[in-house]
Amino acid sequence: MDSGSTAWVLASAALVLFMTPGLALFYGGMVRSKNVLAMLMKNYVAMGIVTITWITVGFSLAFSGDVGGGLIGDLKLWGVRDLGLGNEQFGYEIPDLLFMAFQMMFAIITPALIAGAVAERMKFTAWVAFVAIWSIVVYAPMAHWVWGGGFIAEDIKALDFAGGLVVHINAGVAALVLVLVLGPRIGFRRDVIRPHSLPLTILGAGILWFGWFGFNAGSALAANGGAANAFVTTHVAAAVAATTWTIVEGMRHGKPTTLGFVSGAVAGLVAITPAAGFVSPLSAVVIGIAAGSICFYALQLKFRFNFDDSLDVIAVHLVGGIIGALLLGFLAEARIGGVDGALLGEREWIQVWRQFLSIVVAIVWAGVVTFIIVKAIDMTIGLRVSEDEERQGLDLALHEEQGYILAD
Amino acid sequence: MKLVIAYINPFKLDEVRDALKESVGGLSAGNVQGFGRQGGHTETYRGAEYEVQFVPKIRVEVIVDDADVAGVVAKIEETARTGQTGDGKIAVLPVEEIVRIRTGERGPDAL
Repeated sequence: MDSGSTAWVLASAALVLFMTPGLALFYGGMVRSKNVLAMLMKNYVAMGIVTITWITVGFSLAFSGDVGGGLIGDLKLWGVRDLGLGNEQFGYEIPDLLFMAFQMMFAIITPALIAGAVAERMKFTAWVAFVAIWSIVVYAPMAHWVWGGGFIAEDIKALDFAGGLVVHINAGVAALVLVLVLGPRIGFRRDVIRPHSLPLTILGAGILWFGWFGFNAGSALAANGGAANAFVTTHVAAAVAATTWTIVEGMRHGKPTTLGFVSGAVAGLVAITPAAGFVSPLSAVVIGIAAGSICFYALQLKFRFNFDDSLDVIAVHLVGGIIGALLLGFLAEARIGGVDGALLGEREWIQVWRQFLSIVVAIVWAGVVTFIIVKAIDMTIGLRVSEDEERQGLDLALHEEQGYILAD
Repeated sequence: MKLVIAYINPFKLDEVRDALKESVGGLSAGNVQGFGRQGGHTETYRGAEYEVQFVPKIRVEVIVDDADVAGVVAKIEETARTGQTGDGKIAVLPVEEIVRIRTGERGPDAL
């Protein structure tokens, strides 16, 4: 084990956890004030619920052993028992317990991402049930396939440095399924529904950008040059995507917006996530430009196809994740991450095919299983609040709280 | 006694208050949204443009003795005017009763 690596990954795990409150603020500022607490709650509660599912069975299913030739882990590490203070189990430069904890923070934020799509109309009980089940049945297998020695890594040989597939495409598809089953908010496309506090959103985006250094550079699982590369590509992609989005938006709508700048940054961060440890900073510029422009145009998908993805989870995470995962197939360089893509080094075009295949697998898996979970919850608990509750606002209706009591 | 209600631009509130300080016992001001001849504006969020009809205004309320009404209305008019659409309106309403809560005084003594 290496003390520098252990220190870095400890810090990274904390950074990644901090991203969930950052995400909560990012989303919270964009909903109407009567729903701000409900949105924050949907994010924060993931920190509670997924910790429990991860510690009990999630981690083991993702990372312990292998059953079925790359399909799922076993339950030998249930309750994360036998995870010692050393690295005998996994052989990284960090303690096994820390590896589990670092992965846990990813498991937490992934379902939290979905909350943005179902804003202002989903029942809290249904959400809790969804997060608990999804984290075990959809997330853990994906983590196993990509990072736990499963078939996406071993057989398809696709690359995913920090979670383009496992986190962003996974959550993005699940969000789409939920949005289609849940239906649109009252007043979607008719009423003026505006973010109630963009300062909160912008603060949240800053926290996400900061925490993402832990998300990507921490995924090197070591304090070394690889981590440094991931650090740089992460930042470059964010900055370039934010600038690109702002320019495109300014040209299209006449004024650059603060919401546009931070949305561009997040899109860039999403897109670089699978590629951070495999591509160069210049490639990160390319990825940033792609994410900052394509994701901007992807915003129109919900109007084109008439679905209420309230906070654009699909345009940013699903589309951004696909952009990053695919471009990785072109831009990977062996001198950085050990594998060449189609355009550089040995020009391995096969890597583009591998990336494409892994994306398809992720979309099908997340789509089908999420649909089953969502339908089951809808038929038992019910997914959506009543019309009265939706009009009143979820903070009062579901939590008996008010976010802002200005008279006192 | 009369209740004078004035809908004015938010940036005029300080001037109006300063102008009325000597003439009135007190004043209340609250945030409202409204529209009249002044149209709304466009806001853009995540690629979607919204026509927002409402404009923020301030509603000032003062209760004055009949003798002072004309003077108060004139002061508000002068200080709140910019000459642009959206300056607002003033309304004068009759007041039946007025009570000072602390002392129980009624009528003009309560002003």
